[in-house]
Amino acid sequence: MSNNNASSSSVAVVQKAVKQLRLEAKIRRINVSQAATDLKNFCLQNAHKDPLLVGVPSSDNPFRPPKSCGLL
Amino acid sequence: MEPQLQGQVIRQLFFLIGATSVNSILLRKDLCSCRKGMLSSPHQNTPRHREILCFLVEMAAQPSDTLATLKTESETLKTKLEEERAKLHDVELHQVAEKIEALGQFVMKTRRALKGHGNKVLCLDWCKDKRRIVSSSQDGKVIVWDAFTTNKEHAVTMPCTWVMACAYAPSGCAVACGGLDNKCSVYPLSLDKNENLAAKKKSVAMHTNYLSACCFTNSDMQILTSSGDGTCALWDVESGQMLQSFHGHAADVLCLDLAPSETGNTFVSGGCDKKSCVWDMRTGQCVQSFETHESDINSVRYYPSGDAFASGSDDATCRLYDLRADREVAIYSKESIIFGASSVDFSLSGRLLFGGYNDYTINVWDVLKGTRVSILFGHENRVSTLRVSPDGTAFCSGSWDHTLRIWA
Repeated sequence: MSNNNASSSSVAVVQKAVKQLRLEAKIRRINVSQAATDLKNFCLQNAHKDPLLVGVPSSDNPFRPPKSCGLL
Repeated sequence: MEPQLQGQVIRQLFFLIGATSVNSILLRKDLCSCRKGMLSSPHQNTPRHREILCFLVEMAAQPSDTLATLKTESETLKTKLEEERAKLHDVELHQVAEKIEALGQFVMKTRRALKGHGNKVLCLDWCKDKRRIVSSSQDGKVIVWDAFTTNKEHAVTMPCTWVMACAYAPSGCAVACGGLDNKCSVYPLSLDKNENLAAKKKSVAMHTNYLSACCFTNSDMQILTSSGDGTCALWDVESGQMLQSFHGHAADVLCLDLAPSETGNTFVSGGCDKKSCVWDMRTGQCVQSFETHESDINSVRYYPSGDAFASGSDDATCRLYDLRADREVAIYSKESIIFGASSVDFSLSGRLLFGGYNDYTINVWDVLKGTRVSILFGHENRVSTLRVSPDGTAFCSGSWDHTLRIWA
């Protein structure tokens, strides 16, 4: 009896895996060239807005200390 | 002929032969006391005959799902999946990016050091106001900092050690955290500094193993968690009820990230089974999975457009996966980097990928070209967590050296 239960549960596990694989095989995919171009375009379009990439003037960045000395 | 159809035919034949032979046996006077066989007399309904008939029907009705046939089907499906993915692999990401200008020298320094934790910092999150940070550590303390002034605004002591997950609510009015207590608790933050935050604690999630990551969805009302028990779950904060659970990982789930709000109800998770999975939050279904890492995946983060995600792993590499091409499109690695990446995050435009590593450094990668643009030193122990601020002006890293550093 226990032998049957063990084998039926491992069958269930593999059945689930097969079902999942069937689902994944069906999805629609695009070419890497198209996907890569889209990624590149997104980067370039947003590059000017990226403070860590282009750097913002110290006065605008709350974390960077302003150039003028506080003592003066 | 399709294998399933073949299976059906064999089963039907088996049933026919089996039933016919039992029928004949029953008709033989020396073997059975009944004069009429089963098939010849449908009214013959003695228990023994019913038993035998049931057995035969069961055998015939059972799908031909022996372990061996299922396993071969699973193998063929896997190879088919790989073939389909490979067919669309016509170019590499860095080839598409060849013509882009290379990035210049980066000068990023520690601008603030947040000191106050008594032990290893394990997790951190920024508030949407781009100024406050919540961090949690091994000693059970969860601290809310003002990153501009480095002041501590709130501190909570959790009843457990190793608080591995913490998150700021979108409204900025609450924080969620959890760890070895297997729970995720939400603490509303009050403006009154003297109030004991622990008194208002609300236990939301219950897992059967440690909580590895948590994240609020677009509102304060729902929270997504991942756990060492191999599952992720979506919870309603008010009632504490589980709204959806996500099963599919074969081992501990270590990290998760929600898709940027414009792109819908999905999230990605990564685990100790070296797999990263993309889930549909409404159905609980895993829609895509990727298994190219060679070791535990410690951190996953969506690309700002939502079409891709990066993962950092103990195999010392970070990888970029594109969701629409359904495959890995870039690997960020160097022979000199041998320690695992514990945490990754993108800059606002997605051009830079920051990776915190177990060799105490932070590597900055050019996402498109696949090269390293900078290496940041400063921490005195492994970097365990790293997050870019919501407006992209700085990023914060937490480390086992008990401190958090803000870089800009």
